[in-house]
Amino acid sequence: MEPKKIQAPLSDEDVMDLKAGDNVLINGVIYTARDAAHKKLVELMDKGEDLPIDLKGQFIFYVGPTPAKPGQAIGSAGPTTSGRMDAYTPRMLEKGMKACIGKGLRSQAVKDALVKHKGVYLAAVGGAGALLSKKIKKSEVVAYPELGAEAIHRLEVEDFPATVINDAYGNDLYEEGAKQYAR
Amino acid sequence: MRELAASTISDHVAEMCEEANIYLGQDVFGALKDALETEESPTGKEVLKQLIENVEIARDEQIPICQDTGFAVFFVEWGQDVHLTGGTLEEAINAGVRRGYDEGYLRKSIVKDPLFERKNTGDNTPAVIYTDIVAGDKVKIHFAPKGGGSENMSAVKMLKPSDGEEGFVDFVVNQVKTAGPNPCPPIVVGVGIGGTFDKVAVLAKKALFRPVGQSHPDSRFAELEKKIKEKINDLGVGPQGFGGRNFALAVHIEDYPSHIASMAAAVNLNCHACRHLEREI
Repeated sequence: MEPKKIQAPLSDEDVMDLKAGDNVLINGVIYTARDAAHKKLVELMDKGEDLPIDLKGQFIFYVGPTPAKPGQAIGSAGPTTSGRMDAYTPRMLEKGMKACIGKGLRSQAVKDALVKHKGVYLAAVGGAGALLSKKIKKSEVVAYPELGAEAIHRLEVEDFPATVINDAYGNDLYEEGAKQYAR
Repeated sequence: MRELAASTISDHVAEMCEEANIYLGQDVFGALKDALETEESPTGKEVLKQLIENVEIARDEQIPICQDTGFAVFFVEWGQDVHLTGGTLEEAINAGVRRGYDEGYLRKSIVKDPLFERKNTGDNTPAVIYTDIVAGDKVKIHFAPKGGGSENMSAVKMLKPSDGEEGFVDFVVNQVKTAGPNPCPPIVVGVGIGGTFDKVAVLAKKALFRPVGQSHPDSRFAELEKKIKEKINDLGVGPQGFGGRNFALAVHIEDYPSHIASMAAAVNLNCHACRHLEREI
């Protein structure tokens, strides 16, 4: 099946069109955040303060790239393990985030929050950092520069490949895919 | 007695850090291509195509295969007729890591203390170094940059001798099943059996340095490697956990004699980017 082209940011309708197992190509602007940036964002939410980026409709990509060589937009940039962000993800969805990109299993609380807030979790191919770096045309730090590779970056992406794992209907590709091929 | 300068060790190590992170070995690359041939799942095939393309892009454009350029792990076989001059082995290796990770634009992923500040050391040191003193006047350095995602899904278990082959196989298969998509499948499964609590973990790590596809020299263990790999692939988890035939590229077992009361076992997982290099100096 041909991958679906999707444009960031996403509306509720866009989210409801995505099903677990769909291969997509993402275009537009997405943001990065790992453990440390998530912690800072949730601390601001707890204090009721404004966030450095508006999460409404946005994609968050869990990545800590290698340093860019001169002339490169970004270094090797594959997804990191998403489970470490589980504690923060429901809060991010409450604030309007619509999609997150990482790799690996999510908690039931995250899956429930995706249904409740109409969001999706996608996996990019873990360990394909060189290939994914070619899909990122521009990268700039927009918050927490002191975190280095973990700072929040604004990325402009073209046909960035990912697969829907958990959709807003409660489906889970990790469970269904393994069931289909188990013997 | 042969004399060897510490700076020579550092030079080799710096080159190895860059080389291992950019060029995937032919053994693993071949295994990925074989997996594409046998994969039944369309999504699994797509993943394998991306992984093969990724290796080619990394090689052609000198970009690290993966952004996690790892903890620098070394097994050094040191010929006892070699005298190191101008520094210690540990200093020499760490100097090489420092230079290789800086000049190669590799990610620095090591924090100084694991619990309190977790402040990045900024140069990917210190390395993890194991040394064996061997006969002769040569030095063999084995290097692997070890990613965190797959390392996190590893385990040690002190099995009872009565658990037998079945208990051992179940432990390995269940550990891999629990890991699921997290260690970036298709994976290489390093397994240790025998020895003490600490020894068995090192055996599992050492198993990941073996060329993919090379089986254990003892035919009983070689059969067991085959059997465990089949059981793992029958889970259906597939490339990246999206479902499919290829969850594991290989299972490597390393063994050591055991205490009469024990049967220690360990599983150390590696992602498909099973990077390892060796050089003889």
